Amino acid sequence: MTHIAIIGNGISGVTAARHIRKNSDYQITLISAETDYFFSRTALMYVYMGHMKFEHTQPYEPWFWKKNRIDLRKGYVEKIDYSDKNLKFSDGSCLKYDQLILATGSTPNKFGWKGQDLDGVGGLFSKQDLVRMEEFTQNITRGVIVGGGLIGVEMAEMLLSRNIPVTFLVRENQFWGNVLPKQESDLIARHMKEHHVDLRLSSELNEIIDDGTGRVKAIKTKSGDIIECGWVGLTAGVSPNIKFLKDTELETNRGILVGKDLQTNIPGVYAIGDCAEFKNPVLGRRSIEQVWYTGRIMGETVAQTITGNLCEYTPGNWFNSAKFFDIEYQTYGWVLPKLSKGHKDFYWEHEKGKMCMHFVFEEKSRKFIGINTFGIRLRHNVFDGWLNELASIEMVLEHLKDANFDPEFYTQYELEIVAKFNSENGTTIQPKKKSWKRILKFIS
Amino acid sequence: MFLTAFTLFNAVSFLGTFEVTEVQFEKFLADKWIKSEFIAEEGKNKIVGKWNSHFELSAALLTVIEASHDYHRTIIKSLEEAGASKEKIENEWGKVLWIKDTKKHGQYAYPLIRNSAIGFVAENKGTLFWLTFGLGILGGLIFLLPAIQTDGPAGIKNDAIFQNQATNKGWIAWLVFGYLVTFYIVLYFMPDFAVNQILLVDNVSLYLSANPASEWFLYGFMYCVFMTVMGIRMLIKYRHNKYQIIRTISVLFFQIAFAFLIPEILVRFKLPWYDFKNAWPLDYDFFFDWNFKALKDAGSIGLFMLVWGIVLTLVVVPVMVYFFGKRWYCSWVCGCGGLAETVGDPYRQHSDKSMNAWKFERIIIYTVFVFAIFMTIGALTRSEYFLGMRAEDIRFWYGFAIGSIFSGVIGTGFYPIFGNRVWCRFGCPLAAYMGIVQRFKSKFRITTNGGQCISCGNCSTYCEQGIDVRAYAQKGQNIIRSSCVGCGICSAVCPRGVLKLENGPEEKRISDDNPIVIGNDGVKLKDMR
Repeated sequence: MTHIAIIGNGISGVTAARHIRKNSDYQITLISAETDYFFSRTALMYVYMGHMKFEHTQPYEPWFWKKNRIDLRKGYVEKIDYSDKNLKFSDGSCLKYDQLILATGSTPNKFGWKGQDLDGVGGLFSKQDLVRMEEFTQNITRGVIVGGGLIGVEMAEMLLSRNIPVTFLVRENQFWGNVLPKQESDLIARHMKEHHVDLRLSSELNEIIDDGTGRVKAIKTKSGDIIECGWVGLTAGVSPNIKFLKDTELETNRGILVGKDLQTNIPGVYAIGDCAEFKNPVLGRRSIEQVWYTGRIMGETVAQTITGNLCEYTPGNWFNSAKFFDIEYQTYGWVLPKLSKGHKDFYWEHEKGKMCMHFVFEEKSRKFIGINTFGIRLRHNVFDGWLNELASIEMVLEHLKDANFDPEFYTQYELEIVAKFNSENGTTIQPKKKSWKRILKFIS
Repeated sequence: MFLTAFTLFNAVSFLGTFEVTEVQFEKFLADKWIKSEFIAEEGKNKIVGKWNSHFELSAALLTVIEASHDYHRTIIKSLEEAGASKEKIENEWGKVLWIKDTKKHGQYAYPLIRNSAIGFVAENKGTLFWLTFGLGILGGLIFLLPAIQTDGPAGIKNDAIFQNQATNKGWIAWLVFGYLVTFYIVLYFMPDFAVNQILLVDNVSLYLSANPASEWFLYGFMYCVFMTVMGIRMLIKYRHNKYQIIRTISVLFFQIAFAFLIPEILVRFKLPWYDFKNAWPLDYDFFFDWNFKALKDAGSIGLFMLVWGIVLTLVVVPVMVYFFGKRWYCSWVCGCGGLAETVGDPYRQHSDKSMNAWKFERIIIYTVFVFAIFMTIGALTRSEYFLGMRAEDIRFWYGFAIGSIFSGVIGTGFYPIFGNRVWCRFGCPLAAYMGIVQRFKSKFRITTNGGQCISCGNCSTYCEQGIDVRAYAQKGQNIIRSSCVGCGICSAVCPRGVLKLENGPEEKRISDDNPIVIGNDGVKLKDMR
């Protein structure tokens, strides 16, 4: 029987395993050195904060794997013999495969800072990272977070939940500046300050200072400030976790190089999720996509190919979401930090400064390009539908109520938003009442 | 302050004194139709007099009553042996009291003790009311209210829930569990031991219904007090969420007005105690003879209550469930649900999410539903025997096992351990009935927002009904489950805006079992043949 080995039991590897099982009778082995069972990495923060126990982050009960005949193997693969199709584990054991899926995920970036490997310095990606953070943040008086992105905010929220003061160093002059336009960055920065985060923009880490016992004592910024702290969170992005695959016949760059079909240069060996790097990325997307749902899509796609239905990675419209302390963020289509040529934007912010919507459209053709929404939930199917049918900005605004996804009884702001657009653009758009008929059109 | 009041509330058990006079005792014998000369004689010697504790008085009375059994049985035996006339033997049998263990305290000890209270508690019941309830409420509010400031900006406040002794099944949780279970056992089976506490709310009862307080008045009053204080906690915790605010105010209103004030005021006007929102089969004794009789005696208002009760169950409930889902009842109106959503909110994370728990849930809840139906048919047809059992026994066992043990002792007592909806999820026959309607014929659903789910598990963790919400959300499927009470917390705790409770067209309400989630155009185009 064909044996599929999958290295990595994150969302990508697990999705691949589930879909291979759905479509075939192949033998499947899911290998991980991290945990016994699949868990949701995005929920690690909630374990630290006491919102959940670690077992709550596991989407499937233990019997699920047996029932679906997915063999779980805990072990660390040290070496892969591609010609012999053999995996060598660190404990000396071996495993033969017919086809191999690499789904090894990421590892937190370290840029060669002095002291980056001290005790009390760490990122947040794996279960082990969480354990380390738990261990080294006991009885400390301050945490310093380096790197202004999503994991950084999460770590700030985690530390503050234990009443540990946080200093947040962001190299750029705005928060998450490679993704968010200025207005949204400012809104989040204000909210973080409201939560007493000591946010320092345009501030870079120089070195991490040892207390003499191998533990962190303080950090020094490039401008010479010394900040005493018991924990340094390194959250300046993540990179593909492929150290053990380097310098073999497998083609790698920053990640494992794959084609649209997710196949590497070695036939029968695939790479999916955070560790895969596309030789020719999908238009508008990055060559390495480190997002929950893109990992899932790659898993679905590779499973199709392996079970005989050759498929290419074809993600639909871009979307994403996150939460910054109390403010939720969703995005559909593209809203870039800097407007592209020929594009125009429209920004609305609620008077209390905790909600906003940022629309981007083509100035001439009026085609809707994308939206950022903060503090107001929007309906994925509806925006996906509008992007597919190349709706105009006027059409989107007129039917904006269809897309509202806030809980019942919440105050709605469509009238206010559209009125502002009208006054800025000289239009006379009248928002229509929510119509289930129109909404259902977009639901398959 | 709360703890002082709480300690005093329990300490009054040991503060009351009692005096049974001869007149009182004779009245007791007459009220209870006790013809036994043994009880009359022994009572005068052993019961009449002053008592320092209701525990002793209760024990003494029940000992006399139980001893009367042996006494009369011996006489009957000797009469039979002596060949006495049938009439004489029957006369002697008439003196034997048929007592059930679960009812003896309530039936005999409680009424005597309730009427014989004198001394410290009885004389200071007004002052003690303020020192227990007044101080307790004040202490509770002083403890809860500062959260508005100290908790930081409005938002989800679940920090440290699984690190706290009270909310993570630690020693505080086990203490609360022990206290609640004891409280319910005393309330249902030994109300004579709660006489001093009942006295505390006597003035409130006299004011509302012009009747002295009973154990049920005490329970109703405490229910409202705890719900209100913990409801305020809920309003603070979810101050950013209008759905939670309106829903919490709604359950508080229906509990205080419909389940407490209106029925007590009805009693003042010599009308039957009636809770207009309590629908059969949750209101399991609605079709019992004694209730029919009470309603009949109340004339046209009684007739209205009878018709309303039937219309409520047969028309209002299913129609409302069709339009809004069963949440309109379970988490907007119901008293059990109201307690669960306020007092029980700190424990909602303990409901078991496993597949086995779901199987168990379906077996148990529909068994109770069928049990309730059979019992009611037995009552309506006025059969003496029903399906080979005495109809009266079926009613007794339902009241004991379901009405008292399941809904009270387990349903509420086990909050800190099994979560706050044990009764609603596993036991409530009305929930079972509405669940069937909700699953098959309703506009209600929890919509999953396309492909935004990241499988974090907050929704499942905080689902009080033990629904594995994430299992549906991560597949992009709407949640259509008979057990969902629509509390809306899954939607509130979701960090990615994935879940929305809504009423919409039945078309496409139930999602296709398409394994490919939105966002993946490749597989959709090529494979979904």
